[in-house]
Amino acid sequence: MIQIESVTKRYPDGTTAVDDLSLDIPDGSITVLVGPSGCGKTTTLRMVNRMVEPTSGRILLDGSDITEQPVNALRRSMGYVIQNAGLFQHRTIVDNIATVPRMLGWDRRKARERARELMGRVGLDEALAKRYPYQLSGGQQQRVGVARALAADPPVLLMDEPFSAVDPIVRKSLQAELLRIQQELGKTIVFVTHDIDEAIRIGDMIAVMRTGGRLAQFAPPQELLSSPADEFVEDFLGTDRGIRRLSFFTSDGLALERGPVVAVDAGAEQVARATAAGAPYLLLTDADGKPLGWVAPQDAAGGADKVAVGSLLPYGRPFAAGRESLRDALDCAVLSPTGWAVAVDEQGAVAGVVSQEAIGAAIRSAHAGQREDGPAVPVRTTKAEVAT
Amino acid sequence: MSIFQFISDFFRDSAHWHGQDGIPHRVLEHLGYSFMALGIAAGLALPVGLVTGHTGRGGNALALIATAARALPSYGLLVLMFFWLGIGLTPVMIPLVALAVPPILLTSYEAMRTVDPAPVDAARGMGMGPAAVLFQVELPVALPLILSGLRSAAIQVVSTTAIAATVSLGGLGRFVIDGLYQRNYETVVGGATLIAGLALAMIALFWLVGRVAVSPGVRGGR
Repeated sequence: MIQIESVTKRYPDGTTAVDDLSLDIPDGSITVLVGPSGCGKTTTLRMVNRMVEPTSGRILLDGSDITEQPVNALRRSMGYVIQNAGLFQHRTIVDNIATVPRMLGWDRRKARERARELMGRVGLDEALAKRYPYQLSGGQQQRVGVARALAADPPVLLMDEPFSAVDPIVRKSLQAELLRIQQELGKTIVFVTHDIDEAIRIGDMIAVMRTGGRLAQFAPPQELLSSPADEFVEDFLGTDRGIRRLSFFTSDGLALERGPVVAVDAGAEQVARATAAGAPYLLLTDADGKPLGWVAPQDAAGGADKVAVGSLLPYGRPFAAGRESLRDALDCAVLSPTGWAVAVDEQGAVAGVVSQEAIGAAIRSAHAGQREDGPAVPVRTTKAEVAT
Repeated sequence: MSIFQFISDFFRDSAHWHGQDGIPHRVLEHLGYSFMALGIAAGLALPVGLVTGHTGRGGNALALIATAARALPSYGLLVLMFFWLGIGLTPVMIPLVALAVPPILLTSYEAMRTVDPAPVDAARGMGMGPAAVLFQVELPVALPLILSGLRSAAIQVVSTTAIAATVSLGGLGRFVIDGLYQRNYETVVGGATLIAGLALAMIALFWLVGRVAVSPGVRGGR
């Protein structure tokens, strides 16, 4: 565990970067430091590997003061990933990754072997091993940066805005990759970002910091979303925090209806039975149960096989029942032309349909359930599955 | 007689290829003086340029020194040193070193200053010591610019080393000075051609050093 104990960093010119900060960073999970620029989040991170020395206070790593061991030994025991990766442009990818093992005295062959193994782990093609950084895209470079930090298998990983410089799509895949790697390796990760969405997506615990280097709130993401400590945190979270909070509720409890679902070869009798279920539209599926589109009951009265597939209303994006969150289910319902969301199973076959009203009811009961149980603990598996 | 006639006569005369006053001996002398001056200048200017560039301090003082050194007339300095110190290698070395220092100093300072700070930060954060950061992270990236400074210094020094002959030393300047004195223009042109050839050879030499010493990752990234 990393314990930050009333740490203050004041510069000679009088500015206070971090002001009396105390934080217990739990082992084996991702703790995100987030806040506007000038809130001292990067300074805090850099004090953990002593790139910055605190003016007062102390930092403990597994119970002992980090100043007790030689600074370079401390740094070699912590992976360090920065914005733009900071790769050594004169070294090949494999030698970039092998940097810390080489410093620790591994022989070249073993270090390179380890580097190649890590390339696979972070999703890099081994064919890139002999390339130079300038030959890689920004996203690939950042993967190399992560691999380099993991090379000597340090228990702690410090990441300073590692994904800020890549485009949103690449950033999302890097975040998913990080969650996947974390699921395998279980490192203690301290992650700095200014992006609250990123913090919520990847953080097990989130420390929101405010200008002047003070801690505004330290909480798991769903607690942050449901009960922000003050107006500053609320503002920082943005206006749609209610919607975003739904990401933390699974769609398990949704009452899926199978009544309005008919196969494409259904006759008039089956259509009549489906119509009796009372939904304003029927969902047609193909022979494998995959969704085709919506149809009004009166248009299919003569049997589903009489309906021209081209005349169907699009069903939009379906959500994965149980595996995706209530937020995904709601999003599907809002985007659907009929106001009903389509749930599919792992094979892509229709598991059922659900109306906006039913989703609304599920949201209300999820909220009520959480109020009774108190703040829910973060569910790592749920988060990683949603991301992948 | 055309200039090409002079050149071809000079190089065809077999007397120019032997002995104390032969082309091979004079070329070696010339290169000897040049590389000595270049070595001294690099020994003085490289550490200063690298350290000031690394720390980012003292850049203004550096620019001042370099500009002042550039304003020094090499020949004037030579004559002054000659009267002060007498015959010898030292009075020749001083103006040549003064000539070579500014380009080396300025480019090595600039080379270090323009090294991307991100890899340096990453290296320090990974636990690399200051010497390792300098030699394994900063220098390999700064090398192309440092070499370009050494190259321009080398070209200038090789061209200017001819003045050594005016104070009774050897080198290719001998052909020029003696030829002028004897009104033997064939020798003057021949000597001048050799000096120009050596200057071009410096460009080739540093190109080669760059190919060998600079990482393809740095060359390609520019």
